Amino acid sequence: MSNANTLPEGKQEFNITVYTENQIGLLNRIAIIFTRRKINIDSLNTSPSEIDSIHRFNIVITETEDVVRKLARQIEKQVEVLKVYYHTNADVIWQEMALYKVPADVIAEKVAVERLLRENGARAVVIRKDYVVFETTGHREETDNLIKVLQPFGLIEFVRTARIAIIKDSEGFNRKLREFERREPGEDVIENEYLNQGDKVFTM
Amino acid sequence: MEVAQQEVLTAPEQQTAVELSGSAALLEALIVEGVDTIFGYPGGAIMPIYDALYDYKEKLNHILVRHEQGGIHAGQGYARTSGKVGVVFATSGPGATNLVTGLADAQIDSTPLVCITGQVFAHLLGTDAFQETDVINITTPVTKWNYQVTDANEIPEAIAKAFYIARTGRPGPVLIDITKNAQIQKFQFKGYTPCNHIRSYRPKPIVRHKYIEQAAQVINEAKKPFILWGQGVLLGNAEQEFKAFVEKSGIPAAWTIMGVGAIPTDHPQNVGMLGMHGNYGPNVLTNECDVLIAIGMRFDDRVTGRLDKYAKQAKVIHLDIDPAEIDKNVQTHVAVWGDCKETLPLLTKHIEAKQHTEWLAKFNDFTRKENEAVIDEELHPKVGEMTMGEVIEQLNQLTGGDAVIVTDVGQHQMVGCRYAKFNQTRSNVTSGGLGTMGFALPAAIGAKFGAQDRTVVAVIGDGGFQMTLQELGTIMQSGVDVKILILNNRFLGMVRQWQELFNERRYSFVDIQSPDFVQVAKGYGIAGQCIKEREALQPALQEMLNHKGSYLLEVFVTKENNVFPMVPQGCSVSEIRLK
Ligand SMILES: Cc1ncc(C[n+]2csc(CCOP(=O)(O)OP(=O)(O)O)c2C)c(N)n1
Repeated sequence: MSNANTLPEGKQEFNITVYTENQIGLLNRIAIIFTRRKINIDSLNTSPSEIDSIHRFNIVITETEDVVRKLARQIEKQVEVLKVYYHTNADVIWQEMALYKVPADVIAEKVAVERLLRENGARAVVIRKDYVVFETTGHREETDNLIKVLQPFGLIEFVRTARIAIIKDSEGFNRKLREFERREPGEDVIENEYLNQGDKVFTM
Repeated sequence: MEVAQQEVLTAPEQQTAVELSGSAALLEALIVEGVDTIFGYPGGAIMPIYDALYDYKEKLNHILVRHEQGGIHAGQGYARTSGKVGVVFATSGPGATNLVTGLADAQIDSTPLVCITGQVFAHLLGTDAFQETDVINITTPVTKWNYQVTDANEIPEAIAKAFYIARTGRPGPVLIDITKNAQIQKFQFKGYTPCNHIRSYRPKPIVRHKYIEQAAQVINEAKKPFILWGQGVLLGNAEQEFKAFVEKSGIPAAWTIMGVGAIPTDHPQNVGMLGMHGNYGPNVLTNECDVLIAIGMRFDDRVTGRLDKYAKQAKVIHLDIDPAEIDKNVQTHVAVWGDCKETLPLLTKHIEAKQHTEWLAKFNDFTRKENEAVIDEELHPKVGEMTMGEVIEQLNQLTGGDAVIVTDVGQHQMVGCRYAKFNQTRSNVTSGGLGTMGFALPAAIGAKFGAQDRTVVAVIGDGGFQMTLQELGTIMQSGVDVKILILNNRFLGMVRQWQELFNERRYSFVDIQSPDFVQVAKGYGIAGQCIKEREALQPALQEMLNHKGSYLLEVFVTKENNVFPMVPQGCSVSEIRLK
């Protein structure tokens, strides 16, 4: 979550949700819309949506609403984009996930760690002789907190995902998407059967 | 190559499939799309397509250009005069990168193009193979859509989508990159079905009647309304609808350089050109009108000058097909999203018939002032060297406003657009948004192919001509009839003008030497002459127009003439200078 006091005037975090066709190169097309305006993407997640051939991007940027609205229109203008929404943090439920790798002996020796993990809502994903991997999900300061806690115990590695966000407004896009898909089912992608056969196939 | 002969194939949706190479399928697709002319340049990675083209010579006219940039500008010229999609072929690597300027130009000026580039074999992609470049990523920011085909089976659908996307909605350039294996590969071709729908693509926003009514109400209440129109009117083929709207409303209307010609220059409500080198009245009165009705234009900074001082007093109504243009630069009061071919008649229906006589007279007062201060002197100088303006004025006299005028970029472009007379639509071809020097000569070649029964005159500066003069070779070989009018001021004039006005005449590298252009043309078998005296102007222009085939006329004009009026960079439109 952003700290409103430190942000430039009028700017705040916006969550941009983009529904797209699953198309090579589209990520670049969308990214260019930000980079050519020198706007930094704070977080970007892309994944298949609830509908088969349709993908969903979650993009987080810190900007004024006016700029975000214009960006959203530019994104929606792309041929393979079905729909774009933007929301403030208050209008979405959002999460990030983090993984922490710590030496196993420390965990075994210091019971306090276990308690700390419980307090932070973390759970063990992998327990090995040499290390343990924990996972938490939450807002940025929650996942940040656990780094601080684990650092003294020899945190070996840490990774955090991009933000994913669900729009609070209950209508959602799901119904529309299903309607889209019912009327015009996505086409099968033609796999290039030659790509992996190297120069066995072609000479000229 | 039997397949090319089978007429039936070009009909959509064949029951039986025929084995065809990817290249032949591509050409079949072009024929169904109504393509008659292709501008291109061959090379290793597009050789299979050129090989197939050998069998299609009867159906597809291919113009061999001298440089791929020339090819794509020709495609643009063709699209602009014909209203159809321009088609361009280029090979991979250097061929494809040479298209970039034209793609950027077509993208910003909304010109429909389908460019086909060859690409290395699919299995070599990403290996830095000979003449491999990542064309898709290089061209992403300068295309409306692009796609790489790696399998012949994809070709019919990719081409169908390409044409549909290029010409619908707000038109633009599309690039299809086809790997060599896909060009060679044989596959079962089931005929070609043009595309008329893509799930994720809505070319036109739905017209909302509520906003039409709101806009009509604002117009009906206006005391001093003012229409600004752009190329959207032409792209929407809405010239008739536009004229009806202008005439019923009685509102004065001014144009961007991309919109000129939608209604004749002489129309009594046509009050002139907008922008940096536009007319005095339209610029000043933009900051006096109470309602600004923008139609198919995008409030480019060359039109608006300083945005914070642009038409702040006016309610803005903006009609545009591209929702991303609404509120992009200028905040609207009422936005009418949609194709102006649909929205204009609805709006016309809802407005009251009026005559804004007094308000129109105000524009005419400004015209009088501008005539006295600038235009009379520019168009009818009695003494001294020739001016660019008088050359255009003489040309008007001889063509009667019926010619297609293609301009390059610089002072002559502004003079050409300001003073050329147009009776017909799709008559002005210029590089508006990108301002690409070297555009005019190849664009004029394409313009002539797109409008074969019209006279095409390319008006070019001595600087810009030297950027693409190799296309004289294309003229020579194709026999296309283009009149080339070089306005030679021995300077990179427009830059010199800025240096004079804003850099204390520090003429840094704007003094440009030229070869004997007439001799150069002669080398290409093109007739021509160079004139320096006023008495020779009219006969020389007449000779150029009468000449059968291409002709180059070089006219020496004043070295240090400036284009006025001018809104200096960073100033408000009402700060337009007459001197
Ligand atoms: C490709 C390209 N390079 C540079 C420029 C910058 N530029 C704009 S106008 C101009 C001078 C044009 O000179 P010329 O062709 O002689 O025409 P004139 O202005 O004298 O009519 C230049 C260099 C440009 N527009 N395009």
